[in-house]
Amino acid sequence: MTDFFQSLGLSYDWAWSLATIAGILLIALPLMLGVAMIIYADRKIWAAMALRRGPNVVGPWGLLQSFADGLKVFLQETIIPSAANKGLFLIAPIITFTVALLAWAVIPFNSGAILADINVGLLYVLAISSLGVYGTVIAGWSSNSKYPFFSAMRASAQMISYEVSIGFILICVVLWAGSFNLKDIVEAQQSHVWIINGFVANPLLFPMWVMFLISGMAETGRAPFDLTEAESELVAGYQTEYSSMSFALYWLGEYANVLLMCALNATLFWGGYLPPLDIPVLYLIPGVVWLLLKILFFFFIFSWVKATVPRYRYDQLMRLGWKVFLPVSLFWVFLVSGYLMLTGHFA
Amino acid sequence: MTIQLIAFYLFASLAVLSGAVTILARNPVHSVLWLILAFFNAAGLMVLAGAEFIAMLLVIVYVGAVAVLFLFVVMMLDIDFAELRAGFIRNAPVGALIAVVLFGELLIGVGAYRAGALVLGTPDGSAATPAGVSNIEAIGALLYGRYLFLFEAAGVILLVAMIGAIVLTHRQRSDTRGQNVSRQVERRPDEATVNMQPEVGQGVSL
Repeated sequence: MTDFFQSLGLSYDWAWSLATIAGILLIALPLMLGVAMIIYADRKIWAAMALRRGPNVVGPWGLLQSFADGLKVFLQETIIPSAANKGLFLIAPIITFTVALLAWAVIPFNSGAILADINVGLLYVLAISSLGVYGTVIAGWSSNSKYPFFSAMRASAQMISYEVSIGFILICVVLWAGSFNLKDIVEAQQSHVWIINGFVANPLLFPMWVMFLISGMAETGRAPFDLTEAESELVAGYQTEYSSMSFALYWLGEYANVLLMCALNATLFWGGYLPPLDIPVLYLIPGVVWLLLKILFFFFIFSWVKATVPRYRYDQLMRLGWKVFLPVSLFWVFLVSGYLMLTGHFA
Repeated sequence: MTIQLIAFYLFASLAVLSGAVTILARNPVHSVLWLILAFFNAAGLMVLAGAEFIAMLLVIVYVGAVAVLFLFVVMMLDIDFAELRAGFIRNAPVGALIAVVLFGELLIGVGAYRAGALVLGTPDGSAATPAGVSNIEAIGALLYGRYLFLFEAAGVILLVAMIGAIVLTHRQRSDTRGQNVSRQVERRPDEATVNMQPEVGQGVSL
């Protein structure tokens, strides 16, 4: 895109700045629209599994429900508790929302369509996703209220626990792809097993994908790991004291994070923007469409799990993270690196 | 070039500013948050210096893990500010001593800087990362090649520290009952329930 702006007669600096801003808008605006629609989809899927109708009043088939909710929330009064730490109370939702958007910078949408094609792409994703916890923790502390504080404690413990095993899972992928660059990781999956594009077809990496999916649910605080907002114990968790737009920012940020996890699943294990099978005809469909289809598929799995699996107890959550996922993923790093060593993958 | 220059001054000034506010802030939670901002700006400076791997590690390790634990602990502290201020006069001499020592070190540092750089070798470019080799590969080759034993030794020290921390804080509690998941999963209905027909007034033993 920089070339395009340069062809209009701009200097490189200006062309680069304009191209970057255009790229950010091209990602952020469709993402926000996507989040609005995905909230609607989530409610519809959830309703269908409970044999209900779901939102069906606003617009055709209730399609405009999310926008109506957004408008409603926008017009509400922002209430700040008198005992709250005002500055931090208002910054916390902004942190959550911003962090949810940041990581999209390195997701490759097509072989050339990537905002920041950096060598440490995967590390960048890890770094950004580890920041997500601050929005929750600061909200819990600054609310100066019991339940949000408990929720913040739970959130920080939960997110740290699952980040560790996610790190080891990602190391397995990186070992096989030989790069931290997300585009290179996608390219490395081309006809990985026979004509299938994607690490998931590899029997050694398939268990890692399952663990990554589950850890992703825990990391984003989705059901069955939504202990941070368990309504039967903690009212609404860290969001209890929030109202109006500050509440909506949490909502949007949460779903943007879920979409990001789906995109990471697609990019790291299911071939990203590549078609599922390495057949020339399938490459006629643009890569963005394949990536979107994969994201939607994983979002359906997330919704499905949310509708069907009961919530974990807190000690079970910690046990799963530290006593099951961590040892298994650590062992798998040895297994994968040992296999790659034996077969001369690094030669 | 201008973009890099603007970014450098932005990151550098914010790093210094947030570092200063870290020690000036009254509320310890605010201090930790300013410290996190300082880490961030340091990471930004690393990116500008072309060390993006170090920058990402700084964010992942310090911001993502260490600072979260800091925040975790500080948030739960119940700090009485009056009590803190009461100790000010008593601890002032020790504080002044530390300040004098630090100032002396600062003076020595400035003196050493003015005396000229240490001669560690001629900058002929032989130590620079060759073109086409990424940051991660260059650091990996050094850590797992030239400095392998030092790197492993650092790892062993960390492992010992970790085990030590666990041993020091671990206590065996006999009054709590844990959950044995595999035993629960293996239980079958026929061994979990027993059909009894006790005599009147006898009861059952559990």
